[in-house]
Amino acid sequence: MPNNLPRRTASVAIPKASLQQVFDNLRAAGFSLIGPTVRDGAIVLEEIEGLDDLPQGWVDEQQPGQYRLKKSRDNKYFGFGVGPHSWKQFLHPPRLRLFSAAQENGHWVFRPPTEPPPRYAFIGVHACDLAAIAVQDRVLTGSEFRDPHYAARREQAFLLAANCGVANSSCFCTSMKTGPKVTSGFDLALTELPDIFLVEVGSEAGSEMLRGVAWEAATAFDLSRASRVTQHAEKQITRHMRTEDLPDVLYENLEDAHWDEVATRCLSCANCTMVCPTCFCSTVEDASNLRGTAAERTRLADSCFNRDFSHVHGGNIRPTTKSRYRQWLTHKLASWIDQFGTSGCVGCGRCITWCPVGIEITEEVNSIGTKAAR
Amino acid sequence: MSTAFPATQIQYPADPMLPRLAAIQSIQPEAYGVSTFSMAFADPEERAAFRFQPGQFNMVYLPGVGEVAISLSSDPGEPGTMGHTIRSAGGVTRALARLQPGDQLGVRGPYGSHWPMNNRPGTNLVIVAGGIGLAPLRPVILSVLRQREAYGRVLLLYGARTPPDLLYTGEFDKWRESKIEVHITVDLADESWKGQVGVVPQLFYRIRMDHKNTVVMTCGPEIMMRFVIYEALARRIPKDRIYISMERNMKCAVGFCGHCQFGPTFICKQGPVLNFAAIEPFFGKEDF
Repeated sequence: MPNNLPRRTASVAIPKASLQQVFDNLRAAGFSLIGPTVRDGAIVLEEIEGLDDLPQGWVDEQQPGQYRLKKSRDNKYFGFGVGPHSWKQFLHPPRLRLFSAAQENGHWVFRPPTEPPPRYAFIGVHACDLAAIAVQDRVLTGSEFRDPHYAARREQAFLLAANCGVANSSCFCTSMKTGPKVTSGFDLALTELPDIFLVEVGSEAGSEMLRGVAWEAATAFDLSRASRVTQHAEKQITRHMRTEDLPDVLYENLEDAHWDEVATRCLSCANCTMVCPTCFCSTVEDASNLRGTAAERTRLADSCFNRDFSHVHGGNIRPTTKSRYRQWLTHKLASWIDQFGTSGCVGCGRCITWCPVGIEITEEVNSIGTKAAR
Repeated sequence: MSTAFPATQIQYPADPMLPRLAAIQSIQPEAYGVSTFSMAFADPEERAAFRFQPGQFNMVYLPGVGEVAISLSSDPGEPGTMGHTIRSAGGVTRALARLQPGDQLGVRGPYGSHWPMNNRPGTNLVIVAGGIGLAPLRPVILSVLRQREAYGRVLLLYGARTPPDLLYTGEFDKWRESKIEVHITVDLADESWKGQVGVVPQLFYRIRMDHKNTVVMTCGPEIMMRFVIYEALARRIPKDRIYISMERNMKCAVGFCGHCQFGPTFICKQGPVLNFAAIEPFFGKEDF
């Protein structure tokens, strides 16, 4: 075993079982491990301790409005796609106390939270979700204002990515140019082979977490096998998102009849925005004690599909499902580009799988503007 | 020529969502259900550092009740006192209406874009306001008064539902003395009202104006602004010399909450004051 650590950008092979050593190193360094695990018939993201918690041997079957776990024929640790959770629930928590207010000596005092932000190591981040984190970086820390809560969690997060070896029918990362192979923004990136993990080292911190691991420089054979893993996933992707004429086609067709058609199916339930790894909208909630001498302000995840989202005195700006679906889609795929220089969609397919009526964002975009053209 | 007040240069606190302690200094009733609350930061340094431009807004927080985006309606030349003209309309503004001088609250700001005050000398201003929409335009008028000679003609076209709803009526004479041409209309009045009755855009028919070197600034209900734009365009005012101030639901004022989006525009950051030419493709689209 080499005593030295692999340098940044190196590709190394490690025995599969030694991933546990990486986990132990991360925990010893003060990280909480957040990773995929099976709960309630789905692969969710929550605190894990070791390899045994990973969904080894499980694969997810996804269709519009459908998600099923099945035993896979191989025994892979990372042989599945993205589930209903995304990393945003840790970096941009759906419920977060912004500050408390208390009357002290006749004066109000406003105090931000004092507890240190959690230090997360994310295990098994797919390429689309790495892209989603990069999108939220731009939204929440890329302008003159920075969300200090997001920034604190993000800056100290450790990202252990996992290349996809399978794709399901909801995936379209290839259209959004975000996957299936991870290319940047990780500390370590795994490709799972039958006998080893091929590990790309993306940062000094990543290299440090390989301490005590029996790594070897990857052979040409390992590299070739690893590239076939993501190629295999890529070949399985059948879904395509029309991007070539975005954002203009949406801006130019705000009155398209298809918005009415999709509104007959959309339940305005907000599932798509909850599972979306980039949707960032929030609201606030105020509470106080009965005497009115102490109060709290809490940020809550919100959705443009909620009826009171656009409320101003006198009524709602977007009172109809049609107007709310149009807002979501045009923001995600068009105005997001103007606002943040990137699409709000990373092609993860969650909104398709978790839509209770199976609305497919890719198909809806295809239908916009086509009737006028004919 | 923007020397009447220093440029906005506020250091934002590390947490842009955290309010700063402020206290109400005085309350001036303006109209039925509308008062101007003058407030100041408790910290003398914050008070001294605060600057704002006409058209910008603050987030006003009542502990345990909520936070609202309210335009600054006071004189940008005296930024230590922040005036907010507020109508009791929702939960927070109704609670605000029960406050007394000396009461404390939270304030953060200023936020948003401002009216174009950096105009060529001699620029004519046409200020068109409906109801509470005069509040974010009052700082424009007060700035003009400080350097009246820098402007050409300055017209105020203002209307409200009824005569008692008109704001700042006690100041109109002073404004007129400084050659601000004040034209007033109301939607509805009894026989004691001797002035104009009708909607605000109709006031354009009472004035003569030169489209050259003229800037139109308007704030009011969106339907009013639509017709103000129509009248301005009909008088050959270029689209990019028409500015409107828009209102949307707003929770954060810093572009995080997503509520105030209007197409690509965050009303809290690129707005509330918007150049009509920039937003024309989206303006007036139903339920957008």
